[in-house]
Amino acid sequence: MIVNLERFISEERPRWERLDAVLRRLMDDPWRELPVAEARELEGLYQRACADLARLRTYAADPGVRAYLEGLVARGYAEIHGQRAAGVRVHPWAWLTKGFPQAFRRRAAAFWLALALTVTGAGFGAAALAFDPEAKEVIMPFSHLQGSPSERVAAEEKQAREDKAHGSNARATFAGSLMVHNTQVTLTAMALGLSAGVGTLVLMFYNGVILGAVALDYMSAGQSVFLAGWLLPHGSVEIPAMLIGGQAGFVLAGALIGRRERKPLGARLRAVVPDVATLCVGASLMLVWAGIIESFLSQHHEPAVPYAAKIIFGMAQLVALVWWLTRSGAGTATNPDDVSTRRRGDAA
Amino acid sequence: MSAEMRRLRVTTPEGVEFSFRIASPVLRLGALMIDWALVSSAWSVVALLLKPLNMISEDAGQGVMIVTYFVLSRGYDVMMDYSWRGQTVGKRVMRLRVVDVRGLRLTFAQCVMRNLLRFIDCLPFAYAVGGIASLVSTRGQRLGDLAAGTIVVHEALEPAPDAALMNGQRYNSLRGQAALIARLRREATPAEARAAWQALARREQIESAARLALYAELAAHFRQLGHVPESLVDGLTDEQQLRNVVDVLYRDRA
Repeated sequence: MIVNLERFISEERPRWERLDAVLRRLMDDPWRELPVAEARELEGLYQRACADLARLRTYAADPGVRAYLEGLVARGYAEIHGQRAAGVRVHPWAWLTKGFPQAFRRRAAAFWLALALTVTGAGFGAAALAFDPEAKEVIMPFSHLQGSPSERVAAEEKQAREDKAHGSNARATFAGSLMVHNTQVTLTAMALGLSAGVGTLVLMFYNGVILGAVALDYMSAGQSVFLAGWLLPHGSVEIPAMLIGGQAGFVLAGALIGRRERKPLGARLRAVVPDVATLCVGASLMLVWAGIIESFLSQHHEPAVPYAAKIIFGMAQLVALVWWLTRSGAGTATNPDDVSTRRRGDAA
Repeated sequence: MSAEMRRLRVTTPEGVEFSFRIASPVLRLGALMIDWALVSSAWSVVALLLKPLNMISEDAGQGVMIVTYFVLSRGYDVMMDYSWRGQTVGKRVMRLRVVDVRGLRLTFAQCVMRNLLRFIDCLPFAYAVGGIASLVSTRGQRLGDLAAGTIVVHEALEPAPDAALMNGQRYNSLRGQAALIARLRREATPAEARAAWQALARREQIESAARLALYAELAAHFRQLGHVPESLVDGLTDEQQLRNVVDVLYRDRA
């Protein structure tokens, strides 16, 4: 019970101002690590402010002081209790070798679902095209895929011969556009998880339909080698990246639906957010790489670049990717909350 | 939706409760516009700086520009939210902050998540999905906030309480008037008491003519509220009357 508000303010104000100053310094420099003495002081000042606020709650007509103290306590609470989850620095190498592959493995079931849908879609696309070649325009609404595969291969190889003779066209604009477009599609697959996974499901299936139809179109025209040389170098990274986008979407959808968990929605979402964010960032980085490869290698055909070399490159890349996602960081499990970053003070 | 519903209450492990004021969609839109203008301006400068690349290779210049714009437009919110403790320039101007729904600091994953889902909130145009979601949600959350477990709060500027605002040991014509003081305390709502307090606390921030008008209005209001006899305020300025009222409202309460 506060007998005299004036005296109470006079006595406590220096501590409130000190707490305010410490919190301001922390806000001004998000990477700042508090020395032990300052951390202890912060905790002491915070506890004191909490006690002051508790005392003030019994005092009816004090909205100004209470609002000020509530603001201070809120900021102190976020700093002191939020430190474990948020006070971390980004360590790209640790994230790349441990955080991302571990998140991928933790959510492997969602990846298999995305893969199964794409494969089913591919089967459907191939079957649809086999039964009704006229449906090509509907199944593959992309101008560069509309013509005959053999004619396209001939045109691409003619261009390659000219490039070899006069120097290759640079493809940076194409690479940039691909990276942006593919990243947007992948993030869409994740975001559509908010539709309880229905949107992600449709997108994964539709991607598969296009893929299956294109593959059948080229294979039935006797252009399997061209297809492998064209798709494998970038597709061995791009397609898994899009599947990972779908995986993130299904993880999100799983948390929304939450059939097997008896937790509230907020808690379920909180549990998956670190992994979903990690998967999205990982997939985006993979797509940057795929964009570079697609522009600077995949689009260069024989005689500029032998198909065999491109196929070997693509296969080797796929093996490396599988190893990375399934083996990298195995046996060094981390807290799911730390997947995108690494705790302060961890040994290098 | 009532004002009370637009607050998020948090109880700390120390058993103390505090609340956040949920930001209104209008303030959020204001912050968004400021950020949009800022990113657009920054992009104009960056594009100018990247232009010399075209002299080396037009294709390379275009490629770098496409990727840079994408990274700038998508990365700005994520990096600002994380490094400025839930604020961007626009949010800072509008006194908004993104916080975890439990009152904790944002994690990097939350910053990524709420901003990646922004484009779903933009659908089908002009943030329609996000706007409707935040109006429907009791916590004012758009879909990105819902998935990331975040809320956007409004941080009012609260000056440090100043004991000097109370008259202290100085003479107060209202002191000793027990019935009048009891009436004032009974009739004055917390919001009215706070308005008087704030008017005095922000004295130096208010332009002179506006301050005189505000103090006159508040003094008249409290005179009427407490049925203050003319003899007790005779010769006192409106500001002094207001100080006397704040003094009896806040001091010596048991």
